Amino acid sequence: METTTTTTTAAAPPAKPSRFQYMLDNPGFLAPLFMAPAVVYIVLLVAFPTVLSVYYSLSAYNIYNLSFKFVGLKNYIDIFQDDVFLQTLGNTFIFTIAANVIGLALGKATALLLLRDFRGKVFVRFLIILPWAVPIALATLAWRWMFDSLYSVINWSLQHAHLIGPNTWPNWLGEEHLAMISVIIVHAWRLFPFGAVIFLAGLTSIPKDVMDACVVDGAGFWRKNFQIVIPMITPIIAIAGLFGIVFTFTDMSVVYLLTKGGPTNSTHVLGSLAFQVGILSGDVSHGAAISLVMFPFLLVASILLLRFLRRREV
Amino acid sequence: MPPKLRLKKLLDNTTAYTILTILVIFAAFPFYWMLITTFKTDGDLYNLHVVPFWFHAMPTLDHLDLLFNQTRFLRWFWNSMVIGVLVVAITLVTALPAGYALARLVGTRGETLGIGIFLTYLVPPTLLFLPLSRVVADLHLQDSLWSLVVVYPSFTIPFCTWLMMGFYKSIPRDSVEAALVDGCTVFGSFFKVVLPMSMSGILTVVIFAFTLAMQEFIYALTFISSESQKPITLGVATDLVRGDIYYWGSLMGAALIASVPFALLYNFFLDSFITGITGETR
Repeated sequence: METTTTTTTAAAPPAKPSRFQYMLDNPGFLAPLFMAPAVVYIVLLVAFPTVLSVYYSLSAYNIYNLSFKFVGLKNYIDIFQDDVFLQTLGNTFIFTIAANVIGLALGKATALLLLRDFRGKVFVRFLIILPWAVPIALATLAWRWMFDSLYSVINWSLQHAHLIGPNTWPNWLGEEHLAMISVIIVHAWRLFPFGAVIFLAGLTSIPKDVMDACVVDGAGFWRKNFQIVIPMITPIIAIAGLFGIVFTFTDMSVVYLLTKGGPTNSTHVLGSLAFQVGILSGDVSHGAAISLVMFPFLLVASILLLRFLRRREV
Repeated sequence: MPPKLRLKKLLDNTTAYTILTILVIFAAFPFYWMLITTFKTDGDLYNLHVVPFWFHAMPTLDHLDLLFNQTRFLRWFWNSMVIGVLVVAITLVTALPAGYALARLVGTRGETLGIGIFLTYLVPPTLLFLPLSRVVADLHLQDSLWSLVVVYPSFTIPFCTWLMMGFYKSIPRDSVEAALVDGCTVFGSFFKVVLPMSMSGILTVVIFAFTLAMQEFIYALTFISSESQKPITLGVATDLVRGDIYYWGSLMGAALIASVPFALLYNFFLDSFITGITGETR
């Protein structure tokens, strides 16, 4: 009797939550549920393949020998005795450092100029951001055409500016050092807009009264830059810089589409050499070893990034 | 203003805008060059005796004709769209709840876990393509665009989860609590209150997951070889080069069509991207 009367009037006060409802209200149950799909995806398609790659690099696995015979560090010893690999390792560092230094310098200059007010600024910003916003594979093709050995528009312009003679056109992609310079130009071209928007974000985040105060106090250009601006925007620049470094360090599309690692393997980077050895030649174990050489450097970058991201939270 | 100061200002402005012009030319010239190349006749294109920056013969549509009628350009474009849309869907289903859990449900450990997930974004395709090509083969997806649909979320999820974490943190706790008082469950409040309030964040995630998927080249190069399965970046870069012959007019046309519209889209969402990448919550 008692129970029937309560059910008829139960519409007003909320019913005792069911077990299911309780679960939907419990963060201890919901948090894992919400995170599971993302975590499972990352474990299966990032963590597991990374481990598999380490395993490949320690085995004799290739497309002709499918057995996973364990060979220890043999593959690593092999690649470190190979001149092409050593040059590739050097190239990867040269390209990364040169492109990032140029990219950041040009990026900072661009950001300072974009702080000014002028007509058509939105359009100018769009033009400058283009290299960073478009697929790098397609943009590299345009550079491949601009560096063409016979019809290079860059050479045409240099000749007509009387910087080079009609018979001394440099073969940008066909000569070792020029090819390296070309790769650096394309990377720097792609990075500087990114540097510019990051610097711009950093500069505009400095409160205006801080800048005004230091001008009133008579701070000159150097003092203003090195004691106010740079310390204030360091964290944001460090984060962006690390991203730029990681992107250049691990990229292979620019080299692959511009020079294919040539002439005679002189412009390979770790990614493109790993592709050539591991995929095109089918020597998976050596390819894996080559690409895993990136890992310690990525780890260092991650730790630094972690520090800067943490510092921002405080 | 005294004339001396005015002169200094004029000089200062001239230098500044000259440098800016040079930078703009450096950034945008390749795109101008794509445009000019697309519409030049071959005779005009390979003529070194005239100024190359403008047309010396009637512009032509031949290169675009070749691109649209004698290559699978439209198919590649379509493939990229399909891949992009599906990758966006997978990213939303996984990253939206994960970001919320990290921002609000896990407590203090959420921050560390979130940074951990974000850092997996740094593991590059050039490290993963070898083992993933094995994974793709085991799933029987080799040489199929579905392999890219499966693999691309591995880089969109970490980035977008991080991006959403920031957006969720900017939602006032009060509005969620009000819904809880009204008898909504935490689960229900996520759908009824939190998601509708995060629309700008969700839109940003959609744009970025889509453009990241459109731009990818390395996995496509590794997994796909059939013309009909290629996404646009791979199709253009591989099928318009036959041996040593580059179809420059068509190549540049394709590059232009496939890059500028997405660059425009990207440009609109640039500020959210910067906010996301630097972990700054506004």
